[in-house]
Amino acid sequence: MNATDLQTPLKRARGLGSAKSGTGHFIIQRVTAIALIPLVLWIVYLALALLHADYAQSRALVHQPINALLLIAFVIAAFWHAQLGVQVVIEDYVHTRWIEVAAQLAVKFACVLGALASALAVVRIALGQ
Amino acid sequence: MSESARPLSPHLQIYKWQLTMTLSILHRATGIALAVGTILVLALLVALAAGPDTYATVRGFCGSPFGLFLLLGWSWALCFHLFNGIRHLLWDTGWGFEIPRAYATGWSVVALSFVLTALIWACVFARGGVV
Repeated sequence: MNATDLQTPLKRARGLGSAKSGTGHFIIQRVTAIALIPLVLWIVYLALALLHADYAQSRALVHQPINALLLIAFVIAAFWHAQLGVQVVIEDYVHTRWIEVAAQLAVKFACVLGALASALAVVRIALGQ
Repeated sequence: MSESARPLSPHLQIYKWQLTMTLSILHRATGIALAVGTILVLALLVALAAGPDTYATVRGFCGSPFGLFLLLGWSWALCFHLFNGIRHLLWDTGWGFEIPRAYATGWSVVALSFVLTALIWACVFARGGVV
């Protein structure tokens, strides 16, 4: 910019591409991270409990409402946090636009399906006998 | 990628090794590993809902040498990403940017990640191993 240019820097920036989103990504990444701190410690505890349980005992453990609830909370937070993290990795390293878009879509679909399938499995166990 | 005349910043091979840069890339690497590892949680839950035979198959994979190798790696990755993630959250509050403190928290994360991993596997073996 020179002194006679009356355009503001904003005018120059417009249309040249933005960050495409604001602080939403940053905040949700932190919120899911904070949620995952206790959830991860609990999931390790549950995994150790499941280690020597047979099939029926394992189902009975997941059948308990508190375990079912926390498991669903964990898979949603985990897949969401994973998607946000992998998104940044793809943004940083994949420089061919169509491959980047395809990869972002694939990761998003996979994470949503993964969270839904996990939650559905827990619900089936929680509501079954 | 097309701006050519501009100077390039020096890349990795220029710098002396530092703990902080190692932990930075490890946070990303363990994050990717854990994203893949979440598939195992999914597989275990879906198999548990599907029936005893499917569940036995997935459990069998977990107990195989390759499965154990993955579980060992994922358990450490989980512990590291957990502690270094807390370090990141502290940075988000503005705390811990002084260089001596960044190193102190960094080495603490390394130590704690191995301690918690060892603790988890101690619990596993105290209960009689994996299978």
